[in-house]
Amino acid sequence: MSIELIASQGTVATPDRPTDSPLAIRGLTVSYGQKPAVFSVDMTVQPGAMTAIIGPNGAGKSTLLKAALGIVRPLSGQVQVFGAPLARQRARIAYVPQRASIDWDFPTRVIDVVLMGLYRQLGLLRRIRGVHRDRALTCLDRVGMRDFADRQIGQLSGGQQQRVFLARALAQDADLYLLDEPFAGVDAATEKAIIGVLKSLRAEGKTVVVVHHDLATVRDYFDNVFLINTSKVAEGPVSTAFTSETLQATYGGRLATVQVDQLAATALA
Amino acid sequence: MSGAEFVPLSLPPLLIGIFAAIACALPGNFLVLRRQALIGDAISHVVLPGIVVAFLVTGIVATWPMMLGAAGAAVIAVVLIELIRRLGRIEPGAAMGVVFTSMFAAGVLLLEQSDTSTVHLDVEHALYGNLESLIWLDATGWASLVDAEALRNLPAELPRMAITLVVVAIFIAVFWRPLKLSTFDEGFARTLGIRTDLLGLALVITAAVAAVAAFDAVGSIIVIAMFICPPAAARLMTNRLEHQIAWSVLFATASAVIGYVLAGYGPLWLGGQDAVSAAGMIATVSGLILALAALFGPCRTRNGAPQQG
Amino acid sequence: MFVDALLLQLGYNATLVAIGATLLGIAAGSTGTFLFLRKRALVSDAISHATLPGVCLAFMVMVWLGGDGRNLVGLLLGSAISAWIGLLCLNWLVQHTRLAEDAAIGAVLSVFFGFGVVLLTVIQTMGSGRQAGLESFLLGSTAGMLWADAMVIAVGGAVAVAMIVLLRRPMTLVAFDPDYALARGLPVARIDLAMMGLVMAVTVVGLKIVGLILIVALLIIPPVTARFWTERSDVVVLLAGLVGGFSGFVGAAISASAPNLPTGPIIVLVSFGCFVMSLLLAPGRGALAALLRHLRFQKRVHLRQGLLALAQGQPIYEALTLRLLRRAGLVRPDGVATELGRARAAKALRDERRWQAVRSDRDHEAAAALYDGLRDIETVLTRDQIAEVDRGIGGPKGVPA
Repeated sequence: MSIELIASQGTVATPDRPTDSPLAIRGLTVSYGQKPAVFSVDMTVQPGAMTAIIGPNGAGKSTLLKAALGIVRPLSGQVQVFGAPLARQRARIAYVPQRASIDWDFPTRVIDVVLMGLYRQLGLLRRIRGVHRDRALTCLDRVGMRDFADRQIGQLSGGQQQRVFLARALAQDADLYLLDEPFAGVDAATEKAIIGVLKSLRAEGKTVVVVHHDLATVRDYFDNVFLINTSKVAEGPVSTAFTSETLQATYGGRLATVQVDQLAATALA
Repeated sequence: MSGAEFVPLSLPPLLIGIFAAIACALPGNFLVLRRQALIGDAISHVVLPGIVVAFLVTGIVATWPMMLGAAGAAVIAVVLIELIRRLGRIEPGAAMGVVFTSMFAAGVLLLEQSDTSTVHLDVEHALYGNLESLIWLDATGWASLVDAEALRNLPAELPRMAITLVVVAIFIAVFWRPLKLSTFDEGFARTLGIRTDLLGLALVITAAVAAVAAFDAVGSIIVIAMFICPPAAARLMTNRLEHQIAWSVLFATASAVIGYVLAGYGPLWLGGQDAVSAAGMIATVSGLILALAALFGPCRTRNGAPQQG
Repeated sequence: MFVDALLLQLGYNATLVAIGATLLGIAAGSTGTFLFLRKRALVSDAISHATLPGVCLAFMVMVWLGGDGRNLVGLLLGSAISAWIGLLCLNWLVQHTRLAEDAAIGAVLSVFFGFGVVLLTVIQTMGSGRQAGLESFLLGSTAGMLWADAMVIAVGGAVAVAMIVLLRRPMTLVAFDPDYALARGLPVARIDLAMMGLVMAVTVVGLKIVGLILIVALLIIPPVTARFWTERSDVVVLLAGLVGGFSGFVGAAISASAPNLPTGPIIVLVSFGCFVMSLLLAPGRGALAALLRHLRFQKRVHLRQGLLALAQGQPIYEALTLRLLRRAGLVRPDGVATELGRARAAKALRDERRWQAVRSDRDHEAAAALYDGLRDIETVLTRDQIAEVDRGIGGPKGVPA
């Protein structure tokens, strides 16, 4: 492989280059202290598809998502959402944070949490009316949690909490859904419920991006993968980007050979 | 008790105590939930250097310069705590401890150095206020409440504290949703476009405003009790934030009323002659209420301890 | 005057106060370290405020027994008992209710202090002028201190220091990693108790010199200051003791050298001065060092990203990247890469390819774990290994190494 050197016109490119990608990231570097957690990452999410962000622990998966959402400040890089800067497109994004990042002892009920998803419609002072409550209940229904609407959130199991978070995201009625480890530590029923909802979102033409840790389910759940270990390793459809080579490059020696071979075998099947 | 005695002597301090307690308890609810309860502690300690500097700059003992000085000191303290926390990567508790003790020490030193012995400015007053002295001499009875002439001579602290309470209540009401949202889930709040950093600062400044307005009535240290005890007790009574606020207002009012009455009449009932510190008694009663809530409150234990996932 | 004071030439009492303040500073600084390392620094605030009702009750009891109520040992004993009760309340609230520690600290300190104020007003009514001595416990007062009082403080400080020297190993272990200490069979609960006991002892001894509001500063500021200079917990304890002792001694000396310089605040401000110096200037954890490091780091990231973009013919989005490239002579003012820029870009891209190869190779697992986008591959692999990698990826053509 020879290295071609293209003399670049090193002018500042206009960040407003039109792109219809729901999420386009260019040259993103984020660091906590002196070590980049994410280094020089480009990402272009395909519309209407389900994409998994995959990588070993501490590879910068969640950081990538948080930087895309403007929760952490990057050292460099641009984020475009549906072809415009993030700040103008907030209404089109829904976010499901990691469950562990929340104080579940907070004094509030399930329905109140889902109503938080309607914040952009309600604003500071608009009253919560029947329609809003109905909408929240419908979203709870979609994740099978309608009966828990009046429960205190601390009384829920981990899986139930995760479903409430998903219902809140549904209430946002967005075009792009970003989920941070939604399947971490949840029961099988919850996992099934969540994936069902995500697939129905895709059927509605929505775009779904999930930080995912379970390599075994990638093929069943997702259309595209984004493999990251500090920098991007591979990006594309599962069939071409989720291979034993790319996995090896992402996980290095941390993934047992057997595992890689197994996954590669399923890749061929 | 007759109106002729109650209205001039007890009504103003009672109302000031109630308003101060509620004004502090309202933002206190969010401070407690955000694990920032001790910001109230820090703010109330730096009130002293604030008023001393205001006195040294203006040379007069007047309310507005001192309020401004105290508020300025509170903001400086909050900014310093944040700065030290970030620059030195120090946990917030320790950063607070460094800042408020040093500013308090500077205040005491300035006070000793300056010639304030001739004016009414002393550490004890800033620490425990003087609620009992806020009487309404022009009042002759209940009728005075509709007497414009008499109302003009209400102790200035009463309208001031009432306005402060209204301002604090309006802030909490208007920003209710973003406050609740960002306290519960800061990351999510940010994805909605809420400026959580500014909102947090606004909350602390609101608390500082309440503390500053309350300090010369109930004293700065006892302000902390109102920031923390009613909201903490309220947290043990309910699992809904809306209800918690209502409980905290109730507890704050009860502390003020019972504390004031006990301070004024308790010693008499026990055969003593002189009243004891009303501010101190209000803090004590708020502590007793918290103790009762901790022993018997329906929601006193954790039920949402983070499950390890 | 100040030099006289520093040399302990200002008379017997001033000398005793200086010695007492130094011992107090040492004891407070090193004791506070254990609290600080356990992230419980402000527990000391609750403990110190909780001394007030004890002081008042002790006074009332002593008066009731017929004394004049101002016996320092008696007052300190009372303060210790009520501080202990405050600490028990605090721990009970944290363990048995859903309240977090900060709320419990605030509740204990404000309620105990409020109750103390009530008792102070009760004492005021007991008899004329009697309470004057008690108010000095708020802010400390060394003026007119009795020789016996100074002796109590000096002895108390010395005992506290001796206790720390005795208990420093187990306390360091517990503060550093309580789970590990428990696993090693240390009585963690009892050591914690001893730690709190020491904090209480320091607080009580410090009441007379710096007062109950400012003693907190001596427990918090020296450890925070010391932490800037070292990563080793035993050294933090030692340094914090030094900072505390230095502040106590210099503070007491300054205070003795002129009128209207209250001892407590001066000691606190001296230690705050040490803190500010450390915050700004300490190598490693200091703010200036961190800022310089961050700027350097930012520059490295941008240059590296810029070079990779140049090499791959991608546009550069960041104005800062371009500016840094220009300043380093890697691109011309019109934005086209210079000769040097092209060579460096080619090397950056080649190194990135090498890293890619290394990271997918199981044999280089250890080296691959060090990848962070910035590290030069030469720092993790030998020349021979790099040559080996180059053979695998086809090797560069015409690029200087």
